[in-house]
Amino acid sequence: MSLRVDGLTVYYRTLRGDVKAVDGASFSIGDGEIMGLAGESGCGKSSLGKSLIRMDVRMKHVAGRVELDGRELPIADDAKMNAFRFREVSIVPQYSMSALTPTRKVGTIAQELLESRDVAFDTVKPELVRRLTLVGLSEDVLDRYPIELSGGMKQRTVMVISTLLDPSLLIADEITSALDVSSQRAVGELLVEFRDREFVKSMIVITHDLAILYQVADTILVMYAGKLAEKASAQTIVRAPRHPYTRLLISSLPEVGVRFAETRLAGIPGKPPSLLAPPVGCRFRDRCPLAFAKCEEEPPFVELEPGHEVACWRAAA
Amino acid sequence: MLEGGRLMLALEGVSKDYKVGTFGGKRLRAVNGVSFGVATGEVVSLIGESGSGKSTIGRMVLGLSRATAGTISFDGRDVAQLAKTGPRTYYADVQGVFQDPFSSYNPIFKADRVLTLVKGFFPGIGRSDWDEKVEAALQAVRLEPGACLGKYPHQLSGGQLQRMLIARALLLDIKLLVADEIISMLDASTRIDVLNLLGDLKGRGLGVLFITHDLSLGNYISDRTVILRHGEIVEAGSTPKVFGNPLHPYTRMLLSSVPQLHTKWAGGGPRPAIEPAGGDAAPRLVEVEPDHLVAAADEAP
Repeated sequence: MSLRVDGLTVYYRTLRGDVKAVDGASFSIGDGEIMGLAGESGCGKSSLGKSLIRMDVRMKHVAGRVELDGRELPIADDAKMNAFRFREVSIVPQYSMSALTPTRKVGTIAQELLESRDVAFDTVKPELVRRLTLVGLSEDVLDRYPIELSGGMKQRTVMVISTLLDPSLLIADEITSALDVSSQRAVGELLVEFRDREFVKSMIVITHDLAILYQVADTILVMYAGKLAEKASAQTIVRAPRHPYTRLLISSLPEVGVRFAETRLAGIPGKPPSLLAPPVGCRFRDRCPLAFAKCEEEPPFVELEPGHEVACWRAAA
Repeated sequence: MLEGGRLMLALEGVSKDYKVGTFGGKRLRAVNGVSFGVATGEVVSLIGESGSGKSTIGRMVLGLSRATAGTISFDGRDVAQLAKTGPRTYYADVQGVFQDPFSSYNPIFKADRVLTLVKGFFPGIGRSDWDEKVEAALQAVRLEPGACLGKYPHQLSGGQLQRMLIARALLLDIKLLVADEIISMLDASTRIDVLNLLGDLKGRGLGVLFITHDLSLGNYISDRTVILRHGEIVEAGSTPKVFGNPLHPYTRMLLSSVPQLHTKWAGGGPRPAIEPAGGDAAPRLVEVEPDHLVAAADEAP
C-alpha cells in the first residue's frame, strides 16, 4: 500500500468560521495505482490534494493521519514536510502554466529547485534531458523563458521537473483543464507512461472531467461537498455507479454522438451546499431524487463489494 | 441551411490581421478567408483549438473588432458600417454572452443590475410592464425570479449567472446570440442545463453562434458545424455529416482525441505537431456531399 489516508479532516479558517473543505476522508492507493479524484468545483478535491503536500496558511489540519510507504507524513508540520516534498511527494499544480517563474529560464528553475533539495544539478541533468526528449521536448527548452513555450509544452515541462526525483506520490491538479483536446490527450497519455516507467509510484489525478479520468485512471474517487461519495475502479464508476450523485453526474455528460434533437440529457437541479455550515446527514440530500428519512443521518463510507465503497443509505441497503 | 430557416448572418471571405512585434511592424493573420452563415432557429458551432481564431470571429460578428477583409452582414446590413447605421438597432438584434460569468458582473452591485441596464432600449416602458418582461425572460431561462432577483453575484451559482446573461439577451428579443465558450466555466452538473436552454430557444427562432473548443458539446447542440484551424475552415457542414463522416485529417485527429466515457483512446495517440498553414491564400473548400465542405489541402482525400 503506497498511500493510506485515515479520517483526514482539513478546514479553511475564514472570518465567518471554518469552511469544512475535507471532512473525514479515508482511502488508500496501491503501488502503481493512478487514482482519479473527481467532483464539482468547491467539493474539496484540490484541498485534499494540497493537504497531502503543503497546506497553505488558511488551512487547518483538524484530524486524521496520512501514511506514505508505511511512514507517517507530518502534513500538519510545514517544516518537517520539507524532507518529503519533491523527493517523496510531488505536485503538478493547477495552472502549472503559471507555476514557472517568468523571469527565469526553465533550466535555471530546475537547477534552483534541485539545489534547494541538495541535489547537484549536473548529476541529474542527463536524466532531465532524457525525460524531456521522452515527452517530445528538446534540450533547448532549458535555455528558454517560460513565455517562449506553448501551454502544452509548459505543462509537459512542469511534469518532467516535478517527477525528476522519482517521487512515490504525484499529485496532478487539473493539469489537462486548460489544454486543447489534442494536448489533453498527449498529457493524459504521458501520465500513464510516467507510471509505467516508474518515474512515479502512484498518482492522484484531480480533475472535474470524468471522461479524462476514464482514459487514464485505474480507480476513481468522487467527492461531494467535502465528503467522499464513491470510490471504485474507473470501469465501475462509469458503467455501474451506485451513488445517486455519481449516477446523475455521469448521465449529464454529453458524448460525441449524443444529440439534443434525439436525446435530451438532464443536469442536476440545485447547487452544492455551503461548506461553512454544511447540512447534517447526507450532504447531497437536498438535490437527491432518492432521498428519504434516513438520509438525515450521515451515511458511512462502506464497502459494497471489494474495491467499491459508497457513502449512501440507498446504495448500501 | 435548415428547411424554413432564413439566413440572417452571413460571413463572406472574412479575414483579420493583427499587428504584432515591437512596433506593430509584423502582422499575424488570425482569421483567413472564412465564409459561413447562421439562419434563424439554427445553432452553428464554431469549433477550434486555442489560436484557431474562433473568438476573433465572434468579436467581429459583435462589431467589437473590424474585419481586415471580407464582409459580415446581418439581415443585409454591413456590420462594418455599424457606427454609421446606428449600433443600437444592431445590438437590439444581436447580443453576446462570454466565457466567464463571474467577471461579467460588477460584484458591488446586485446581479439583476445587468437587466436594468438594458431598460434604455425600451423608452417609456411602465414599471409593471417592465417587471412582467423581466419575469418572462427569467422564466424562459428557467430561473426562479424570487431566487435570483435582489441577490449579489456571489450568492448565485455560475450557471445561474450565465442564464441571467442569456435572459438579458432575451429581454431585447434578439435574433442572434453569439455564445463564446459559455459552458466551459460551468460545472458538469449545471452545464447541460445551459445547453438545453439554447436548444429550447432555438425552437423560438433564435439563431445561435456557439463558439467552443469542446467537440462533444458542439455535437450535442448544433445543427451545423464549422471546424477551424489556424484561422481557416478545414471542414464545415451539417453536424451529423461532419461528425459522422469526418474527412479532413485534422477533424479526425480532433475527434480521436476527445476523451469519451465508454471507449478508451485507441493506442498510439497523435503527438500534436501541427504547423500553421503558410501563405495568405484562403483554402479552397470542396463540397464532398450535399451540405458538407472540406478544405482541399494536399493531405485531404
